[in-house]
Amino acid sequence: MKTRSTTRAVRTPGGLSLRLDLRALLVVVLLLAAACAAGVALIGTGDAKIPAADVLRTLAGNGNAYQDFIVNELRLPRVLVGLLVGGSLGLGGALFQSVSRNPLGSPDVLGLSQGSTAGALVVIVLLSGTSTQVTAGALIGGLVTGLAIYLLAWKQGVHGYRLVLVGIGVSAVATAVNGYLLTKADLVDAARAVVWMTGSLGGRDWDQVWPLLALCAVLVPLVLVHARGLRMLEMGDDVANALGVRVQRVRLVLMVSAVLLTAAATAAAGPVSFVALTAPQLARRLTRSPGPNLVPSLCMGAALLVAADWASQRAFGADQLPVGVVTGVLGGVYLLWLLVTERRAGRI
Amino acid sequence: MLVDSPPEQRAETAPAPPTRRAARALGLLLSVLILVLVALASIAIGARALSPDQVWHGLFHDTGTYGDVVVDERIARTLLGLLAGAALGLAGAVLQALTRNPLADPGLLGINAGASAAVVTAITCFGVTSLTGYVWFAFLGAAAVGALVWFLGGSRGATPVRLALAGTAISAALYGYLQAAMILDDAALGRMRFWTVGSLASATDSTILQVLPFLAAGMVLALALARPLNAVAMGDDTARALGANLGRTRALAMLAATVLCGAATAACGPIVFVGLMVPHVVRSFTGPDLRWILPYATVLSPVLLLGADVIGRVVARPSELQVGIVTAIIGGPVFIFLVRRRRTAQL
Repeated sequence: MKTRSTTRAVRTPGGLSLRLDLRALLVVVLLLAAACAAGVALIGTGDAKIPAADVLRTLAGNGNAYQDFIVNELRLPRVLVGLLVGGSLGLGGALFQSVSRNPLGSPDVLGLSQGSTAGALVVIVLLSGTSTQVTAGALIGGLVTGLAIYLLAWKQGVHGYRLVLVGIGVSAVATAVNGYLLTKADLVDAARAVVWMTGSLGGRDWDQVWPLLALCAVLVPLVLVHARGLRMLEMGDDVANALGVRVQRVRLVLMVSAVLLTAAATAAAGPVSFVALTAPQLARRLTRSPGPNLVPSLCMGAALLVAADWASQRAFGADQLPVGVVTGVLGGVYLLWLLVTERRAGRI
Repeated sequence: MLVDSPPEQRAETAPAPPTRRAARALGLLLSVLILVLVALASIAIGARALSPDQVWHGLFHDTGTYGDVVVDERIARTLLGLLAGAALGLAGAVLQALTRNPLADPGLLGINAGASAAVVTAITCFGVTSLTGYVWFAFLGAAAVGALVWFLGGSRGATPVRLALAGTAISAALYGYLQAAMILDDAALGRMRFWTVGSLASATDSTILQVLPFLAAGMVLALALARPLNAVAMGDDTARALGANLGRTRALAMLAATVLCGAATAACGPIVFVGLMVPHVVRSFTGPDLRWILPYATVLSPVLLLGADVIGRVVARPSELQVGIVTAIIGGPVFIFLVRRRRTAQL
């Protein structure tokens, strides 16, 4: 890929210097703006439509009681969950793709989503549990799967390539279990399971926002601190070692963070398809900078998910189709568009 | 940057010594023997226990007794398992060589998604309910998506990365459609959840005859491609320098893989993992030479598929586990074991 350097060095009189990638910075700002705009639009959409100006006024605390209830109690949590889930999936996807050095090495491919789904399906089909229990089941399923993949791939350290292959094996087993559970369920449970498996933001409240927010507040800074090491890791273990990166430790920290982020996001909204796969790829093409592009991926994931939810609400009516349907279609079509245009421009 | 693992230098450039070739040929013979045994087991073992006498009677003196009917059904099922297994294994090996990505499988190039989307359309829009009715839809869907991936991937100028990305993108869009259809239409969900796990149970003579010409043509084409694909595996520049026609080889390989997977998926649903796993297993003892990988994959894939089918019939008597489920549950751990045992199972 052709890269025109847009990196500038910023030097302070005190001798501190900082590398700034202007294009990446611009992309991040634009994506954040897009995510917020989509969020405001999403709050205004539904059975009771609210103009954007009123939404902003209500968010600032100056709305009337009716709008205040709709905006702050009903729809804001949904948007926040959407932003957090999208961001977590985007970041988790970028981490996995970078560690495995394969653009297909997303949580969908590595079996984390399938593991979460297996946990949720066990609760839905075998235990007929409540939605809180489904969330817990999905979280446990995702974490157990992540742990299993890491332990199975461990052999004097974890190698990116082996990780992906082991993940695919685990993923196949989990998919088979899911298929089996789905054929054993009665039709009502099966329909509920399919909605969950598609990924949905419907009916989310503040109880789901806080744990996610707390988790992101801890993990995102932790990941960003290790981002330098990850950049080195992309050049190969030997080079990274020579450059003074503690390869296994950095990889462990990042993998655990990615597993936690993905499992929590999946537990909150279901395995929303393709956000983790496409967000890092799209972010990378927008910033045109090499390396893992962690922050742009995070913003891209958030913008993608909330925009997709808004699109599904607008196109099909309130809560007719879950967001996962739209992320799949939108993400796929956008990736195709990129392929066609980049081919014309001679990239890839 | 994308997909390709760093090009591995191959130690084995000299022709294999005669003893080694003999060992490989012997191994292939042994594999065929195993396949025959598994096929016999598949005819003899099932949800209803038959004595060897009854099986013998059904095979050679078919007079329409109850046992004979059971044997007839099992023969159809075994034949479909043989054909579909061979097709999936071959297609997987060809796709992995074509995209130079060890993770390539029929799912990656959107073929499963195409077949699934076509079947769900058949159910919701055209009211097709019989499994034999799905076959043509699934095959058309797979073929259409295969062609679309090929053109979006850049047709003659296609690179492995672009093919993989185009397949992923189309799969994403089609799975969105599939899930929307399943959520909005309960009847579609009721049928699709059984179709998508993949099963040999619906095999009939007419299904087999429908897909047989395609499978046969695809297999011949794929096996004939071993030599050119060997050159392609060395990287574009080397392959060109060796005189390989990259565009033609890629087009033919894609055609073979699409026909094979499309027909197999049409006949028994999207059975994942056979096409991914068997080439890996085979590569672990044949090395990277496709002239050996392809025949081995053709013989050993049905062993896996039929073996899984027999196990699926036995463990859940009197009902049965679909073969797609058993394949993955047995194949997954075996695959992980192999990945761990070898230093890395490089392509």
